[in-house]
Amino acid sequence: MKIFRLSLMATAAAATLALPTIASARLWLLPSETMFAGNGDEWVTVDFANSTDLFYFDHPAPQMEPVIFAPDGTQVQAENKGKGRFRATFDIHLTQKGTYKVAAISNAVFGSYTLNGEEKRLPRGTTAETLAQAIPAGATDVKTTVMAGRVETFLTAGEPTNTVFKATGEGLEMVPVTHPNDLIAGEKATFQFLLNGKPAANLPVVAIPGGVRYRGDLKQVDARTDAEGKVTFTWSDAGMYWISVTTAPPRPAPAAEGAPRPEPAPRPPRIDSYAATFEVLGS
Amino acid sequence: MQIRHSLILTGIAAVGAGAAPSALAETLDLTVTLPRMTVAEYHPPYVAIWLEKEGSPARTLSVWYDVDKPKNAGTKWLRDIRLWWRVSGRSMQFPADGVSGATRGPGTHKVSIPAGKLGNGAYTLVIEASREAGGREAVRVPFTVSGGKGSGKAAGTSELGAVALTVKP
Repeated sequence: MKIFRLSLMATAAAATLALPTIASARLWLLPSETMFAGNGDEWVTVDFANSTDLFYFDHPAPQMEPVIFAPDGTQVQAENKGKGRFRATFDIHLTQKGTYKVAAISNAVFGSYTLNGEEKRLPRGTTAETLAQAIPAGATDVKTTVMAGRVETFLTAGEPTNTVFKATGEGLEMVPVTHPNDLIAGEKATFQFLLNGKPAANLPVVAIPGGVRYRGDLKQVDARTDAEGKVTFTWSDAGMYWISVTTAPPRPAPAAEGAPRPEPAPRPPRIDSYAATFEVLGS
Repeated sequence: MQIRHSLILTGIAAVGAGAAPSALAETLDLTVTLPRMTVAEYHPPYVAIWLEKEGSPARTLSVWYDVDKPKNAGTKWLRDIRLWWRVSGRSMQFPADGVSGATRGPGTHKVSIPAGKLGNGAYTLVIEASREAGGREAVRVPFTVSGGKGSGKAAGTSELGAVALTVKP
């Protein structure tokens, strides 16, 4: 893995890649609720969808299969899985006490190569594991970007616990300073972001409350991680929030009237992103 | 309820045996009004009553919920007493002796709660009511205990009416 990635960086570093633009739609997991009594026999249902406005179903349902981590660190199976046009849905039987994590983890490779003088795109669905097969022998000018992402949400039965936050050291991860199932409107909450296990400093973080369809203001809060990778939000209202962090370079500012369109920034060899849905409760 | 309370009192008294009567546990006499609602669907609220003192963890005194539901099913909705759930409820086991009690309907309720030995100082009694198909409200009653005595009152505006308390040795 490691060696492979290094070589990818070398080939892609100098090139501006012709890739599909990052979709403006947002990927999210939405649990029916996040706090449970912890009596060992409770259920939650979770929607998994992709949309521009939060949290409405208006894009084709994602293809990924989320994984569920129980408070004891083991993985548990989703129940009653179903998929509609606009959303995937599943239930989780909460039999343990503590905090569960639901995570949709992706690791896609986008890019192109030249074969017999013709530029070809990598097929959709290429991953780091299948990349070698996706590039035919004799291909030259291989340009790739790994898009690694995590989309998460958290559920707590009884008292919040921290087992599921143990970082893997791969990609962008969130380590709570304030537990994500202990968020109250008007109070401060701090989260630390790690990139490959190290503090992810100076990255843009956005927080957007759901329900935008019924208000005029998006109410997006923009923040930036500090040297320790930490960011602090004060929640203005109770509700479900979508939080997102990315290492993607910012989009260039739009050109002035009459000026030539700015060159897009070169696509880096790897883009990591993290998003999570948090429930903020009223006081 | 009453029996459980008196059992606890006995226990505390045993610990304090031999001390002067004033050093024994205090009793918290509480009057709570649950307002009568003109609503199509009424369920008696879940109510939590707890004590806060700066520097100490919140201490749950009473929780009124559907204690008689089979399989302890009434506990599922305890987390809807949201403030209490966060400060104390989620770390407790239910049913809890001396704490669990049945829900109560509209009207004025007098309850006498053994509060243990309350030292001198500033306290806040918090009562929070959460009603199925209804709202939620918490009322905070600040009071000062001096020599085992104190009193305070406050009132809610939606889910709770007048709340008055007296601490006596």
